[in-house]
Amino acid sequence: MTLFLLRRLLQTAQVLFIMSLLVFVGVYAVGNPLDMLVDPQATAADTARVAAALGLDQPLWVQYWRFLGNALQGDLGNSFLHGTPALQLIVQRLPATLELAVSALLIAVLLGIPLGLWAGLRPDSFGGRTIMAGSILGFSLPTFWVGLMLIMVFSVHLGWLPSGGRGPTREFLGLEWSLLAPGGWRYLLLPALNLALFKLALVIRLTQSGTREALLQDYVRFARAKGLPPHRVVGVHVLKNIMIPVVTVVGLEFGTLIAFSVVTESIFAWPGIGKLLLDSINQLDRPVVVAYLLLIVFIYTLISLVVDLLYAALDPRVRLAGGQTA
Amino acid sequence: MTASASSAISASHPSAGGWRTLIRAYATSPLALAGLVLLLVIVTAALAAPWIAPQDPYDLSQLDIMDSRLPPGSTSADGSLHYLLGTDGQGRDMLSAILYGLRISVAVGFSATLLALALGMSLGLVAGYAGGRIDAFVMRAVDIQMSFPAILTAMILLALFGQGTDKIVIALVASQWAYYARTTRSAALVEGRREYIEAARLLGLSTPRILFRHLLPNCLPPLIVVAALQVAAAIALEATLSFLGLGLPVTEPSLGLLISNGFQYLYSGRYWMSVFPGVALLLTIVALNLVADRLREILNPRLQPQ
Repeated sequence: MTLFLLRRLLQTAQVLFIMSLLVFVGVYAVGNPLDMLVDPQATAADTARVAAALGLDQPLWVQYWRFLGNALQGDLGNSFLHGTPALQLIVQRLPATLELAVSALLIAVLLGIPLGLWAGLRPDSFGGRTIMAGSILGFSLPTFWVGLMLIMVFSVHLGWLPSGGRGPTREFLGLEWSLLAPGGWRYLLLPALNLALFKLALVIRLTQSGTREALLQDYVRFARAKGLPPHRVVGVHVLKNIMIPVVTVVGLEFGTLIAFSVVTESIFAWPGIGKLLLDSINQLDRPVVVAYLLLIVFIYTLISLVVDLLYAALDPRVRLAGGQTA
Repeated sequence: MTASASSAISASHPSAGGWRTLIRAYATSPLALAGLVLLLVIVTAALAAPWIAPQDPYDLSQLDIMDSRLPPGSTSADGSLHYLLGTDGQGRDMLSAILYGLRISVAVGFSATLLALALGMSLGLVAGYAGGRIDAFVMRAVDIQMSFPAILTAMILLALFGQGTDKIVIALVASQWAYYARTTRSAALVEGRREYIEAARLLGLSTPRILFRHLLPNCLPPLIVVAALQVAAAIALEATLSFLGLGLPVTEPSLGLLISNGFQYLYSGRYWMSVFPGVALLLTIVALNLVADRLREILNPRLQPQ
């Protein structure tokens, strides 16, 4: 267990290092931010002074070395545009994205598991078929298009919900929350639903196929033969066994949710890190882009570690041996 | 001299009769047939866009600003054109814009898929056949690549390269090659241990010849399924990126860009500028998925009656 943890942490560090190198070289190889930052009428001396102040006059490897040294101390550089630490900019907006992503995940799980169970228990019924057909749609529809349709129907046509923005928030534990503010959920609902749709389809399909498989297993037949009531067979014996793949996938997909929030946030004008990334890309704000990417990589590797640990907790057959790698 | 020997050895991939069986198996599903017909119609319409579109949407001399923002079914101010799907903010016929946009989306989707297939397949074949260090290196790269969602990889690359058709193709290839590499490698691992490969090796055939003439044809079925699914994914991803303003430049409006342009009019109830391109995108993706799903069913040996 300790060995496993150590190995995984070492791997995480490796991936982070490689990614930082790739991202740094990549981001720094294109576009000269000085064009954006310095007034076109500035003299060459002025431009050089700005370049020196930002460290842009140094050779690339010096810049990287400095970046790496600072990064190890938690400093990912200052935003060229805002002048504040890039990490701070991101961390300020992270709660909005996390609230969106967690809400989407909850929608996907709380709707997806019952729907998937229904479809798995009655695969040939009309309801079961409809659910499965719907899940195929959920897979193939592009997120941004669904977002537009949600806005068109619920905001423009019916006028029930606002079409964008975060709306009122309330402070709790030092962070702003939409769900705690009166009426805040109205702003959260459409974006969360939009972001959830793909995962919802995934959870439905996983649960459905898991249920169908589990129903054929000996332990379910035995439980039935023992005379257990159906709700107990399904609720305990079936559900417990299909939770393993569901937890794995849902956990791993949480990172994808954060990545895909770029699309949803830009459609619904949700002030999270996805929108910040798009703005920073357009404005060549390198430090913010680098910081965002490294943070995402970090979140990703962290999630896969947590999922592996959860996996072992749910399934006693899985042993966290030192030798296994992903 | 070795040609006759090798053709006898590599006879295990589908012959003419095998293809006929496959086609017959495909045709037993009416839904899949409908998907195939829809796909053919879409691809034909995309290819024939310059000849069947009512106007050239990017020839400014053909546009009339008086005709802007007309709802579906309107007639142009001079009475010469009938706007079946309405017009956009510059008086452009939406139907024509959609046909031209479809052309770009389909071209980008298919070319990116073919390139990614070629790259991933070659790497996967070499990794699976050579094993050892090469295999470990390629698969490590695949693992890292696949641990990030495609949209993130593509977004990063486009942020680096800027806009352009060639750049979005590169970004799509970079975010999708790993699927093919992994699929090919696992097929190559299985097939590489078969007798016919050993026989080919004993005959002294060159490694490229063994890889591409003997190993590759037998690894194809799973690859075809992945490729069919990935075309749909590539088209959807390109549309998403173009919608975000990271993909194609304004001079080459794909469906995603059309939807993005129409987005601002959505709030005022002028739905047709974003809804109709969206429907075209949707039909394309659904048709591709239906075809891919059926291919998976008939090409999967585990689902076939022995």
